[in-house]
Amino acid sequence: MDARVTSRSHVPLGLIPTPFQSRLEALSRAKAWVNWAGYVSPAVLDTVEFEYFAIRNQATLYDITPMHKYRITGPDAEAMLNRLVTRDLRKVRPGRVAYVLWCDEDGKLVDDGTLFRLGAQDFRLCCQEPMAGWLADAAWGFEVSVEDESHRVAGLALQGPTSFAALEAAGLGVGTLRPFDLAEVEPGLHISRTGFTGDLGYELWTGWGKAAALWDRLWAAGQGRGLRAIGFEAMNIARIEAGFIAARTDFQPSNTAMRLGRGRSPVELGLSRMVDFTKGHFNGRRALLSQDPQYHLVRLDVGGFKPADGALIYHRRKKEVGHVTSGVWSPTAKRNIALAELRAPFGARVTGDLWAEIYVNAEGRWDRRLVPVTIQSEPFFKNDRARATPPGLF
Amino acid sequence: MANHDSYDAIIAGAGHNGLTAACYLARAGLRVLVVEKNDWIGGAAVSRSLEPGWTYSNCSYVCSLLRREIVRDLDLPRFGLQVIPYEGGATFTPDGDYFAYYSDHDALRREIARHEPRDVDAYDRFSRTVIRQCRFIRPFLLRNAPDPTSLKVRDLQELLFLLRRANGLGARELAETMRFWTMSIGDFLDAHFESPLIKAHLAGSGIIGTGLGVYSPGTAYVLLHHYMGDVDGAIGAWGFARGGMGAITRALGDCLTEAGGVIRTGAGVERFIVDDGRVKGVALDNGDIFFAPVVASNMDVKRTFLRHTARDQLPEDFLRGVERFKIRGSSAKLNIALDGMPEFPAAPEGAPFLRGDLHCSTSLEELERAYDDWKEGQWSRNPYFDMLIPSQIDPTMAPQGKHMMTVFVQYAPYDLEKDGIRSGQHWDDAARQALADCVFDKIEQACPDIRFGWSMPRCARRWTSNARSG
Repeated sequence: MDARVTSRSHVPLGLIPTPFQSRLEALSRAKAWVNWAGYVSPAVLDTVEFEYFAIRNQATLYDITPMHKYRITGPDAEAMLNRLVTRDLRKVRPGRVAYVLWCDEDGKLVDDGTLFRLGAQDFRLCCQEPMAGWLADAAWGFEVSVEDESHRVAGLALQGPTSFAALEAAGLGVGTLRPFDLAEVEPGLHISRTGFTGDLGYELWTGWGKAAALWDRLWAAGQGRGLRAIGFEAMNIARIEAGFIAARTDFQPSNTAMRLGRGRSPVELGLSRMVDFTKGHFNGRRALLSQDPQYHLVRLDVGGFKPADGALIYHRRKKEVGHVTSGVWSPTAKRNIALAELRAPFGARVTGDLWAEIYVNAEGRWDRRLVPVTIQSEPFFKNDRARATPPGLF
Repeated sequence: MANHDSYDAIIAGAGHNGLTAACYLARAGLRVLVVEKNDWIGGAAVSRSLEPGWTYSNCSYVCSLLRREIVRDLDLPRFGLQVIPYEGGATFTPDGDYFAYYSDHDALRREIARHEPRDVDAYDRFSRTVIRQCRFIRPFLLRNAPDPTSLKVRDLQELLFLLRRANGLGARELAETMRFWTMSIGDFLDAHFESPLIKAHLAGSGIIGTGLGVYSPGTAYVLLHHYMGDVDGAIGAWGFARGGMGAITRALGDCLTEAGGVIRTGAGVERFIVDDGRVKGVALDNGDIFFAPVVASNMDVKRTFLRHTARDQLPEDFLRGVERFKIRGSSAKLNIALDGMPEFPAAPEGAPFLRGDLHCSTSLEELERAYDDWKEGQWSRNPYFDMLIPSQIDPTMAPQGKHMMTVFVQYAPYDLEKDGIRSGQHWDDAARQALADCVFDKIEQACPDIRFGWSMPRCARRWTSNARSG
């Protein structure tokens, strides 16, 4: 055999750049980077505090390119996806976005994500975990094609009360978009009114090659609107305030959990409203119908002023009943907030007399505090400006 | 709906303190009425549009000491309150340099070293002392002071709490604490720092809002007050209320209304109705009368007892004490609408400290002399000011691309002396204009173009007459 492959492409080692990396590097004072699905992603660019307040007061750009993106097209696309996810996609029209969950046959969450209905037979699924194989299996027997667009489509989250004004200034008209609407505002540029902050905001999706130019355009337009680039840490505070869950933090994607019993169902994660048992069969339906939740993920208002990340939760100060999965000081609600997983019946039938055990390193001495926690039904951040259409300029 | 003429509690004045008290009472289930003489609520925490498109926080202009416990108890964020922190600040010098206070600690160290290397670690020791004093005093902010002569359980418990805190310090620290509470900010800074400019920058917090000079005893403690506030647990952090300071009282007002409280604006208290030594209600200047077993006044103590309460219902020595209570105006305020962001040639491009508090006083001696003028009944010829451009951060304050600047000026007496007579009447247009000129002259030290095209309406100046402050 003499037909040896002469040019073999090798995979890059270490963290790889998104198309926005050059812009982010130029703006980074903190030089603090994290690994997001193999991409280099900013943890902080300036300071967490000022980036956080830019989300709630101005406008922010956050590079969400590392999300996995799959394009599902074909005559059976709706039927195939409707069998995959727990919601009824027949109710999701083209030009709309749906937050979706999909389960394994035990009813445990494989991942959550946003599904963009670009056309009657054209969907894009964005999620944290790689899903090409799972989607290919799910597509078996359907007339659809599943394409991995992860390295072709770049994404930017533009979030904050002046984000609409910034888009207008950039010449991108999105005034008619309602929450979860989606539009191709220019050829090859999709803008959806979605986000992970609970505030007014948009997500922009474009081809890899056009990404840097999009950044520059937004950056120039946003200067009069207080636009700032932000990293993961500020975004994470906002998403906990908004009450959104994060994969591998608030739940373990069932395909990656090594230990038995680590998977969680949508019901256990407090997302039963996202499950439609009336739509017909979907993955995990039978299991979900037959099982009682073993856990309850709840929102907690935590006493005191020390963040409770990782704290154990006790009932009547004695019995350990769960733990905090995400805990942070909320700069807007002015209180400690948390998402916590409690073992049933705690969090559902039993909701009172709950305590968090918080350890504080007070300059070299550990201090253990038991602080009261109360379960909250509403997100910690809610603002009418997030839903107003047309949106306000600030 | 029937107009209740009796309530469980009445609050006179819809300032932030009155509204806070009213919210707590209403949420405890009491039927609460707040009466306010203005057509709007807010007291000194108010934002009004005096120039179309611009919103001014006419009086108070930054927020820090609003206790997070209160924000949480009253759920104020749900009523739209957002406090946004600002970044650092700077003092500009006549020779085109500046001292920048960065919120980034390492950048701050480099900046201190640029002026005086010895002051770098001195700043750490200065901070340690200030923070220790803060940690000592902060728990008392939300407690009632004990009556040391009382044997009631509550007073004894409070006294015990105070003694425990004090005892925890040890003899040397306690002596330090006592010294700190009574010393001047000037002496305190002289004991730590070498650079006159750094001292002048840090001294502002010891005198701002007071009728005291940098070498007046007790001003070190005032500094503490300005380090005690917190925006998100970051001690000493100051912030802007989004939408102006009025956003705070708007949120309090909405909170009160939701809790069933009633706010009546446009009619102030004419007199407190007192019968047999007990307050029974209020008579308003429009003739309305309301009764309640509890009446609280958000007016200052002099107005409350000298103007709106019958003298014969109050003990004579108490009245004399009220009459002697010192309320001395020491400050003036300029609110300036700007056509664009003024240039600060000394500052590097995109300097974050321009979003903070800006000053032009460069030595403690200069600050002390500014105080001397005030003692004589004059405004400071070379005044101290605290200048901010909140529209850089808060997009709601000015039209797109334009800005608003708030300049808090010290010292300016409430009663201006002229020909040996001190009177508020002396604040005529000419006097105000002269003070404004004096302030603008000094602002030019930082931004020379502040007056550019002044005859055109580039700077629309608005006054808050000299706010009285304690």
